[in-house]
Amino acid sequence: MPDMSAIVNPQQRQFNPYAENGGTILAIAGADFTVIAGDTRQSEGYSIQTRYAPKVFHLTDRAVLAVNGFAADGNMFVKKVKQRLEWYRHAHAKDMPLRAIARLIQTMLYAQRFFPYYVYNILGGIEEDGTGAVYSFDPVGSYEREACRAAGAAQSLVQPFLDNQIYFKNQTPAQGSSHPAHLPLPDVLSIVIDSFTSATERHIEVGDGLEMYIVLAKGRTLPDAVTTLRPQELPSSAGDGERVFVLKRDLKKD
Amino acid sequence: MDHFPTNWGRPKYDGFDTNATYPFHDHGHNQSAAFAGATQHTQQPIVTGTSVLAIKYKDGIMMAADNLASYGSLARFKGVQRLHPIGDYTVVGASGDMSDFQYLQHVLDGLVISEEINAQDGHTLGPAEIHEYLSQVMYSRRSKMNPLWNSLLVGGVKDGQRFLAYVDLLGVTYFASTLATGYGAYIAQPLLRKAVEGRENTLTEPEARGILEEALRVLFYRDARSINQYQIATITANGVDISGSLKLETAWGFAEGIRGYGSQTQ
Repeated sequence: MPDMSAIVNPQQRQFNPYAENGGTILAIAGADFTVIAGDTRQSEGYSIQTRYAPKVFHLTDRAVLAVNGFAADGNMFVKKVKQRLEWYRHAHAKDMPLRAIARLIQTMLYAQRFFPYYVYNILGGIEEDGTGAVYSFDPVGSYEREACRAAGAAQSLVQPFLDNQIYFKNQTPAQGSSHPAHLPLPDVLSIVIDSFTSATERHIEVGDGLEMYIVLAKGRTLPDAVTTLRPQELPSSAGDGERVFVLKRDLKKD
Repeated sequence: MDHFPTNWGRPKYDGFDTNATYPFHDHGHNQSAAFAGATQHTQQPIVTGTSVLAIKYKDGIMMAADNLASYGSLARFKGVQRLHPIGDYTVVGASGDMSDFQYLQHVLDGLVISEEINAQDGHTLGPAEIHEYLSQVMYSRRSKMNPLWNSLLVGGVKDGQRFLAYVDLLGVTYFASTLATGYGAYIAQPLLRKAVEGRENTLTEPEARGILEEALRVLFYRDARSINQYQIATITANGVDISGSLKLETAWGFAEGIRGYGSQTQ
């Protein structure tokens, strides 16, 4: 008896317009700074496509965007956000505030509600009141402001670690003391580096390189413990405003 | 005997064929008369080229591809050039559907001409511009659910800068000092990385050529959709050079020693 199922139920191979390109991103807000980080590996399935494809992008003097998911959508989305920010600059002669960028991203994502950008976004930077802020988004634009967020391939490994180390979940403070509301920058950087070395160890899609962006509030300077790591300062449009630094680290390549 | 390769069916295991580079066989069943006049989208590749390989070396970029265009498992066209020069600084190498690649050649050649005629501003398109344009075309076609079914490598040298990048039917792009498409991504890429990574600025032209030839040879032994005729493109500060059709040297003497191979009994 020949196999008739192919005729009764024709096998339809539909073009799949999406791919999953691995990697992980993460952002942590401090009192007067924000750290936004991502690894640089791009993969599909078991293949490493490249060891250096940045997922974290400098938008303005006080905003940095990390994108993770389908790389083609991610690059197109960042391109369009940057274009909208440039138009805003031409129209208003100033950079768009962080919370406005967050709302813009939500609108741009939801505009594609029925053919979504398959991208998880994390926006980090300094709010107009000078506080560090992290906004996280789902692919269709749901968003909220948070103190920290991990997304991507190793989200399930990193977020619980952050819940414990940043939000002090399942930790009880010593008698007569309390947990700090915000951690200092050197502590946050250590946590970010540990998150990525651990994710690299246990997740095949994470590794190769780590890029950490530090956005510093107006009038603040880097602590000595961070200056010794030799971060690279990015050029800013106004000399006296927020400042953005980049720190690069190698991650295991296996 | 059914003489239509598209009716021969798919290989048992299609895990290595996520982009469906093997022609889709049951083309007749799912078209009802109601859609007969409708726009046809979402094809499948028909006449296909296999891997393209490229590496950075001391003087620029070297790219290689064989001369076969397959029709399913049939080695249909054995003299096809899959490396295409664009302008004075760039080569595009294509795997996947060859008719889509011919369309892209037409688009890119037109782009270079109109840029030359209309702009006349003294600027010319380099590999970075060609790649950006190509990736926008590929991404917009995938977003219309009507992709150009190719994986492409773009290599070139302009203003002393080497450029090597990938773009595919999804609009996914990336850059690296060694690139390979199709089966080459599984078989040749590890060999290329081992030979090239960290030596991009010291590899000489004969060394680079040797590395690509060896990778092509391994592909010819293992990839059933490949052939032992190939071309190599070199892009340096002196411009683009694409070789004529070259022949791969292979050795099959070992086959005699394998039990159960060929006419051997017992």
